[in-house]
Amino acid sequence: MSDTLDRPRAMITAGAIDTDVHPPLPRQADLLPYLDPYWAETFQSRDVDVLELMSFPERTKPYRRADWQGEGDALVAMQKDLLDPLQLGQAILNVVSGAHALFDPYLQLAVCRATNDWLADQWLSRDDRLRASILVPFSNVAGAVQEIERLAGDKRFVQILTLAAGELPLGRQSYWPIFEAAEKHGLPIGIHAGSMLRHAPSHSGYHSFLIEDHIAMTHGFATQIASLIAEGVFAKYPALKVVAIESGVSWVPPLMWRMSKDWRGTRVEVPWVKDSPAALIRKHVRLTSQPFDAPEDPSEVETMLSHLLSDDMLLFSSDYPHCHYEGLDVLPRGVPEAMLQKAMRANALATYPRLGG
Amino acid sequence: MPEYVVCKLTDIPMGQSRRFTAGKRDIAIFNVQGDLHAIADRCPHEGASLCKGVITSLVSGDEPGEYRLERQGEMVRCPWHGWEFDILTGKSYCDPNRMKVRSYDVKVAPGETLAEGPYQIEIYDVSVQDDYVIVTL
Repeated sequence: MSDTLDRPRAMITAGAIDTDVHPPLPRQADLLPYLDPYWAETFQSRDVDVLELMSFPERTKPYRRADWQGEGDALVAMQKDLLDPLQLGQAILNVVSGAHALFDPYLQLAVCRATNDWLADQWLSRDDRLRASILVPFSNVAGAVQEIERLAGDKRFVQILTLAAGELPLGRQSYWPIFEAAEKHGLPIGIHAGSMLRHAPSHSGYHSFLIEDHIAMTHGFATQIASLIAEGVFAKYPALKVVAIESGVSWVPPLMWRMSKDWRGTRVEVPWVKDSPAALIRKHVRLTSQPFDAPEDPSEVETMLSHLLSDDMLLFSSDYPHCHYEGLDVLPRGVPEAMLQKAMRANALATYPRLGG
Repeated sequence: MPEYVVCKLTDIPMGQSRRFTAGKRDIAIFNVQGDLHAIADRCPHEGASLCKGVITSLVSGDEPGEYRLERQGEMVRCPWHGWEFDILTGKSYCDPNRMKVRSYDVKVAPGETLAEGPYQIEIYDVSVQDDYVIVTL
């Protein structure tokens, strides 16, 4: 069993790389300076103050911790709540907003671009510990590539962000130009919990309650990873990494087992899948550590994680400011020492080549 | 190692397979373009008879959307779950080192040489005009 809980927290998190931190969503006034005149006028005439995902509603209170809802400068609050007390080395900002779900492909590009510029100016430039994921319009693939190329020179952008449930399975060929640009520039694809709600969120249609919405996410992640493998994205882009952000972690071994077993009898449909899906998942997929779905007994957590057969996959994350733990008790209990050591920093450096400079 | 005369060569037509019992073992013998290959007739997964599987080629492809058929007639797919085995070696495609069936030596001998040999010919009515299939366990 792990002895990590007995060690001072700061010793473990000092210098760590937090792979999932959320700034508050930009408001209309925040984005206006970064929009060209046409879109600035359109924004003001439509007068939507904040673009919030129905599946990831920032302003719904249970999604934010009561003690992490401070007024004033959000960066100062983040520094005081998280970056300083944990002595983090770096933290990756993920803006999960309605920008991901806009139907208008040109508006989507404009909002992604403005959000990225706002991140660079108002966050990255004000604290050199911060890094960010690039928002790109998946409904406008040419625009997405254009946005990646525009920002590729800025090494503070370290990842491309999308959602667990989108318009099409993520491996589809229409998205490949995004993956090509991502691989070229050392940008992993971050798949964050959330849905564009282009389709019913579950495979049996619409559900009634919030708790069901969260369960459906697991299937969203599994569907995306199965699609990326089967469509041959990792055969085509062998250096590409995918990070499942806020996925819960423990659902992954059963996906490995199921898909690897079924691959034996069905791989003739996809002969470019030459390695077992479990091996491909170990090579290409990474998992942020919060939230962490696990048995209550910490000794069983070690068994659960051992099924991954890899110390490379887990990436430390706080998921600030969401409510998964009390105080700064940010590390899941029961993670074996060796795996935790790698998760805090080394695995992130191996996943995000741009973090290393 | 014991050798068993299991059938006449003409009992296994080109591109087909037959199941035989040699000693206490069930053996699947395949005729791949005139060459005979013998493997254990029991899928290591759930025990299905590989003899009843589809004889096929190795499906290969490097790029998404690329399909090639290689090594025509040298693979068999288990009739139950479609796992593929190499008829020449007994190894599965997906997990060749751990998931495999035993492969046996098989040869053809003219009947006239068997009449005086060490074989258990009493179970066959060996004729000097035919060729026979012999499996070594």
